[in-house]
Amino acid sequence: MSFDIILDRLPEINQAMLETFAMIGVAIPLAVLLGTPLGIWLWSHAPGGLKPTPKSHAVVSALVNMVRSFPFLILLIAIIPFTRLIVGTSVGTAAVIVPLTINAIPYFARLVEQNITQLGTGAVEASRAMGATRGQIIRNVLLVDAKPAIIGSITITTVSFISYSAMSGLVGGGGIGDLAIRYGYYRYETETMIVACVLMVILVTVVQYSGTRAARWTDKRVSA
Amino acid sequence: MISLRRVSTTFASGAKEPIVAVDDVSLEIPDGSIQGIIGFSGAGKSTLLRNINLLERPTAGQVWVGDTELTGLNAEGLRRARHQIGMIFQGFNLVNNLTVLQNVELSLKFAGVKDKTQRRRRAAEALEIVDITDKTKNYPAQLSGGQKQRVAIARALATKPQVLLCDEPTSALDPFTTATVLQYLADINTEFGITVVIVTHEMEVIKALADNVAVMEQGRVVEKFAAAELCREGFAPTTSIGRYLVSDGISVRRAGAEASQGGFDPTAEGVQHYDRHVDPVRRDSAAPRENKIFAAVEGGLR
Ligand SMILES: Nc1ncnc2c1ncn2[C@@H]1O[C@H](COP(=O)(O)OP(=O)(O)O)[C@@H](O)[C@H]1O
Ligand SMILES: [Mg+2]
Repeated sequence: MSFDIILDRLPEINQAMLETFAMIGVAIPLAVLLGTPLGIWLWSHAPGGLKPTPKSHAVVSALVNMVRSFPFLILLIAIIPFTRLIVGTSVGTAAVIVPLTINAIPYFARLVEQNITQLGTGAVEASRAMGATRGQIIRNVLLVDAKPAIIGSITITTVSFISYSAMSGLVGGGGIGDLAIRYGYYRYETETMIVACVLMVILVTVVQYSGTRAARWTDKRVSA
Repeated sequence: MISLRRVSTTFASGAKEPIVAVDDVSLEIPDGSIQGIIGFSGAGKSTLLRNINLLERPTAGQVWVGDTELTGLNAEGLRRARHQIGMIFQGFNLVNNLTVLQNVELSLKFAGVKDKTQRRRRAAEALEIVDITDKTKNYPAQLSGGQKQRVAIARALATKPQVLLCDEPTSALDPFTTATVLQYLADINTEFGITVVIVTHEMEVIKALADNVAVMEQGRVVEKFAAAELCREGFAPTTSIGRYLVSDGISVRRAGAEASQGGFDPTAEGVQHYDRHVDPVRRDSAAPRENKIFAAVEGGLR
């Protein structure tokens, strides 16, 4: 194992880390911002929800499933025209952020839907009995009680999409996972690949650790 | 006066026959009284109770609370009416990630009390009624069952409602704690004149607390009588289910589907009895907080 190679590759490794941060740093917040309301919508408009609208629920639910079922690589290619429309190019880091986000929104929405479903109906019932509006119930009860679980979902989504982002190489998106593939697989530079993989492991570990801590911090269900 | 006029509630159940949970029930509950609703599991008690605040909208009939026909209100009107009707549940239904004080504030927030300071003050006042003053910053998980139900009572009382609906409020509690919670309900009724409607499957709870009783079976109110009758020598309800409920035991488990088939036989196999004695609560509230049960439990909790 030669450290010289790694030293030589430091600028690339640096660059790749920044690209990963950019991809995750844009895609995940957007997914949370748009996926949370979508998840709440899916929950409250489902049969038996706060405002059941079975027909439109079925349509939206099918759309969500459709996007979710696309393998990421296919989605990456399939939406190239849309990507170009949004960021003006179909290659590079910015171009990967678009499909990542498109994929992450329904992914996250389903998790949020699940998080809310698991709360049970008790507090919602009580709120309805208190004469709360749907908005009040969502803001004051659902989001409050689902917060730890939603933080858990953000963690899962982030970890999954760090891994997905490795496929960005297909459109020259870069990132640390792509670096591992390019140098390790195509150039047999095992050292670089190992460093890239170790960095990915560290990144995922840090994300998972902080996510778990934050979820526990906000969860008041167990007496402290 | 709460007035249920020929109320029915039917649930669609897929391909099968629809379930008639409440079947043509008429019931008048005088202001300031405590109305017990008793019956076995599945008799339709909860549905009938939820009909009163339209948590379950009846499929037929009218619901009146005071001068308002709730069944004739739009969504906004109904929400406003609900601020006057408190409700507590078997499972307490508190918000886990909010403190005790925040939980009680919630009902005021929903009722449109915008000023936070005012909300806090009124929430603290409501908690004082149920003697929770030193746990206001705790979370529900840090409370006992009885304390949780008292917080739920405070939450329901904070908006100063005229009616308090209670769905098996003590079924998750031990007999001792049950007595305390019932005592609070009795005190609230006498002190504030709030009409209390309490659903239970235990005649002991009715004996301890109620003015009037309605016995339910298969969605129907099969008989009504004054709770005072229960203390009268030789009193016998007219229905077999009524007689059974009044008898020494309380059914905790019943054989098979028999439960809802009518013609109930208390001697049948699978019917179990157990003695769950609940002390009568005092209905004169000259000095409610000096009540014996009360003092004992308070001593035990702290
Ligand atoms: N939301 C619902 N959907 C379908 N069936 C219901 C629903 N709520 C209650 N039921 C049915 O209505 C009947 C009465 O239920 P309930 O009012 O909960 O009885 P109780 O409170 O006396 O145990 C039961 O057969 C129950 O299964
Ligand atoms: Mg019930």
